[in-house]
Parts: sequence; C-alpha cells; structure tokens
Amino acid sequence: MSEVAVKPVQTIEIDSHSLNFGPQHPAAHGVLRLILEMDGEVVERADPHIGLLHRGTEKLIEYKNYIQATPYFDRLDYVSPMAQEHAFVLATEKLLGVTVPERGKWVRTLFSEITRILNHLLNVTTYALDVGAITPALWGFEEREKIMEFHEAASGARLHANYFRPGGVAKDLPAGLEDKIAAWAEVFPKFIDDVEGLLTSNRIWKQRTVDIGVASAEMALAWGFSGPCLRASGVPWDLRKSQPYEMYDQVEFQIPVGRNGDCYDRYLVRVAEMRESVKIIKQCLAKMKPGPVKVQDNKVSPPSRANMKRSMESLIHHFKLYTEGFHVPAGATYTAVESPKGEFGVYLVSDGTNRPYRCKIRATGFAHLQATDVMSKRHMLADVCAIVGSLDVVFGEIDR
Amino acid sequence: MAEQDEVVVAPAPTAMELLVAAVAALPGVTGVTVEKGEIVAHAGRDGLVGLMTTLRDAPGLRFEQAMDICGVDWPERAERFDVVYNLLSVSLNHRVRVIVTTDEVTPVPSLHEVWPVATWWEREAWDLFGIIFSGQPDLRRILTDYGFEGHPLRKDFPLTGYVEVRYDEERHSVVYEPVKLTQDFRNFDFLSPWEAMTSLPGDEKAYGGAKP
Repeated sequence: MSEVAVKPVQTIEIDSHSLNFGPQHPAAHGVLRLILEMDGEVVERADPHIGLLHRGTEKLIEYKNYIQATPYFDRLDYVSPMAQEHAFVLATEKLLGVTVPERGKWVRTLFSEITRILNHLLNVTTYALDVGAITPALWGFEEREKIMEFHEAASGARLHANYFRPGGVAKDLPAGLEDKIAAWAEVFPKFIDDVEGLLTSNRIWKQRTVDIGVASAEMALAWGFSGPCLRASGVPWDLRKSQPYEMYDQVEFQIPVGRNGDCYDRYLVRVAEMRESVKIIKQCLAKMKPGPVKVQDNKVSPPSRANMKRSMESLIHHFKLYTEGFHVPAGATYTAVESPKGEFGVYLVSDGTNRPYRCKIRATGFAHLQATDVMSKRHMLADVCAIVGSLDVVFGEIDR
Repeated sequence: MAEQDEVVVAPAPTAMELLVAAVAALPGVTGVTVEKGEIVAHAGRDGLVGLMTTLRDAPGLRFEQAMDICGVDWPERAERFDVVYNLLSVSLNHRVRVIVTTDEVTPVPSLHEVWPVATWWEREAWDLFGIIFSGQPDLRRILTDYGFEGHPLRKDFPLTGYVEVRYDEERHSVVYEPVKLTQDFRNFDFLSPWEAMTSLPGDEKAYGGAKP
C-alpha cells in the first residue's frame, strides 16, 4: 500500500577524531604540524609533519665557500647558535688539518657552555609555559638577555653570532668581558635555585610531567636519542666526556643522569646541566691565558686590519680569503659535538675545491621528534604539549 | 727489564685496529678504510639488513644507535648515490660509517626494523635525493612542500628550484608559478688561476728557460 519510497540508509564515515595541532600553535615550539588521531581525549597516533621551515640549508651550503657557510649554522637552532657552528668548524678543521691555538679552544669551550645555558634556560622555561606556568618564562628571558650581552660583546650579534670560524674564533674577547662573565657566573646559580623553587617540587608541575612520555633506555637508543633526552633515560653518555673535543678533557664536570626517562627527568637533567655548565665556565675563565685565538696561517684565517694597512701580502690574503676562500683537501668526515640538545653532527664531504661538496646536518631534534608518536601513545591530549616541550625541539634545526 | 731487550714483542693491536678487523670480517663488507681516524666500511646492498643487525647486536661491535643516514650524489658515476650510515656505539664508545651505493631506480633495503629511527632518515633521503628504500612502509616526503616534484639535493637540481609561491590577492589563495629571476643566477668561478700556475710569467728569464 504505502508508496512512500524508503530512503536507502546511507553510512557516511566521518573521522571526527583527528586533530590538527599546529602549525601555528604556541606549544608547538615553532612550526610543527602534528596530526593527532584521537580516541576521545586520548592520543592514538601522532604524525608530525615537518618541513614548514625548510630553507634548503644543505643545498645553499653547496654553493657557498666554507667561510660563507658558517653563518647558516646559527640559523639552524637559533636558540643555541654557537654550538651548531662548532660542529661545522670542527669538521672543516679536521679536513684542513689545522690545530686551533690554546686560547681559541678555551674561548670556544667557554662559549659552548654559555650557549648551553642559553638553550636550557629557554627550554626549561618555555616548557613550563607549555604546561601552564608563566612566571619561569618571564624570569628566564630576562636572564637570557644578560647572556646574550656576552654573545654581543664577543661577536657583535645577540643571536646569529658567526663567532666560531675555521681555525679559531673571529676575534679575541674584548677587555673586561672575562670579568663580567665571572661575576655573572657567581650569581647565576641563585637564579637556577629560584627557577627550581618554582618548579621542581611544584605539585602541578609534577602532576603534568612525572611518568609522562616515558622513554626506556632501550627505546631511547633505538630511536636515536642523544643529549639530555638520552641521559634522562639513564644512559650516561656525553660526547664531552666520552669523545672529548676542545678543552673538555681539562675541565671537571659531572654528567647528570636521570632514572625514569619521563618528562620530569628530562627537566631535572637540564637544570643539573646548567649547574655543571657554570662550573665549566668558571674553570675556563681560570685556565685561560692570553694568546692567539686563531691559527696564524693567513691562508685559513684573515690577517689583522692593522696589518692590512701596511702589508701588501696581508691585503692579498684578505682579498683571496673573502672572495675565493680556502681550499679544503678532498675527503669526508662525520664530526659531532654535544650541543645543548644532544649530538649535533656534520657529515662534510669535500672534493678539494673551495666549497663543500655535501654538507649533511644531523639535526638532534629530528630524531627526537620522530619518537613523539611512540611517546605520546595512549596519553591525554594535554600531555602532548608536555612531551613536545620536554624533547626540546627547534624547527630551524629540524627543518634545515 | 732485561727480558724486554731480548724478546721483541709486536705491539698489541689498538682498539681501532681490532674494530677495523672485526668490521672487515663481516659478510657483505667489501672494504674497510680508516679516514682521518674514522672507520669507513663499504658494503653491498644485498644482505644489508643482516649486516646492520650484526653490527647492532654482535659483542665487540654493539652499534646501538644509527646517528645519521644520508645520501650523497655523484652524478658522474654509474651508481650515482652513496647512502651513508653513521653508526654509534654508546656502550663501547666507537663509531663506524657504512657506505652503500645505488642509482635512481635500485632500492636499498630499509633499516627501520633494525633501528626505528631510520624511517625519518630514509624519508629524508627519498625526499631530497630520490633514493628508494625497499620495505619502508612510510616513504612519504618529509621536508619539502606537499605536492613537491623533484629531488632538490641532486646535483642536477638548480639551486633556485623550478616553482615559486606567492599569495594572490585576486584569487585569495597561494599560487605556484615558474621561478622568475630578476637577475641571472650568479655563480662565480673563484677557482683561482694562481693555484693552477706552477710558474709565474717572467720566471723563465730568472731560471734560464727551465721551469723552476
């Protein structure tokens, strides 16, 4: 009887549970696009999409000579610029076969550690900001500004220093800077105490970080972790101790190691590393002696301005260095440093000309970020912020 | 001591020499050299997974970490790509570099089952060089734009690329257009004739016609 057409039942599958986190999200630490597949408020799968800040650094470096390539490294991990330069200049020096004078090595060690504090200050405080604590970030940025003044005094730039050069550093420290750093190193541990007073035994902070994003030692090794993230998982590994470069074999410091590999341990390791860095800075200042800061071979490092006014040969050297650059003997090297974030490596292939044939940048955060998926599985959405924050990712470095 | 003067003992092999011998003895390794204090092993594509598993697990090797996997392009070679694996052992504190060659069409076995971290390094090598990894379930592009064409780190890919993007006010969207350079790409040849000159003009007078 009924002529009413029965509508066929349509089944439309809507995946209402995938969430776009970023690329413009304050807790994404830059331009991370994280596709989260959710089961309610629980994360089932995290798929980080990176490359939004890809600038083709490695390709650009192939078209630049070695001196021109160094500033690109500041722009990778812009939070710890000198540590990146360090890996590149060490690789270049290894291929060139030059040895940096003692003071140059001390200055580099000093600024590597200053950079480490610079990095950890930003990470620890903005990580706290990600999980809701605003005060540490406000305090931390003020303290970072003081450290950036040291950068500025030494190199002329707050951020993109371009201070480490193949063969040494660009120029010697200005008069009085050592005293300023020493005075700052005396009072800085008080600031770490203050930050720890806000966070370390803070109930909310611990609720948000303890047992969140646990990485076991085996997992951390398999996923290529390094630096504080690896040490928080209980692996006592630090390139400064195990494969010392520069003057790290002449200073005394401890390697803080965590036990649980969770977000809280990664925080604790970084705070402890800042204290160790202050120790290294004091030792560097005590052991530094006056002397040259770069190799005296004008085929590699430029002559002084004063010499260029009087000596024709210096003028020629300067001109050749800043147009043609130096030629690096053919060969390849993988050189890594313990950057604040972990192992930062440069695989440099030279074909004997004045430009790198290939310069692969081993970005620390690249490996860490990949593990976001396994670390955030079956965690709450809010925990993803804590995990990404604790991994200390900076996209200038990851995207290159 | 007196006995030492009589018996000439060959110096004990260093840890580096022992490691070189151990790596060279592995099946699949075609040659091992030491370059600037770094151990470089060349290996074949076949059996790479087995070789890497041995490198990871064998006592005395224990390379727990794949620190870096990257490509290098040598377009003049028949197999133009090097795939470079930089491995690290944190328990024994040593490194090794394994190099495998391939071309645009021959896949290299994926190592994501040996080290899960390999997935992203392999995606990067695919994206930037077009190196194919067999057995890799997630061979998506990683660093370049969605829908990007080409493999930018190949030597025959121009530095300026092929397309550029801008926001179009009329269409209210981002548009892709062929690259327009307002000035030609400048590529200075700084390779100096001075370096190539073994004798300077006029020297033949000083040396009586003979080259110095």
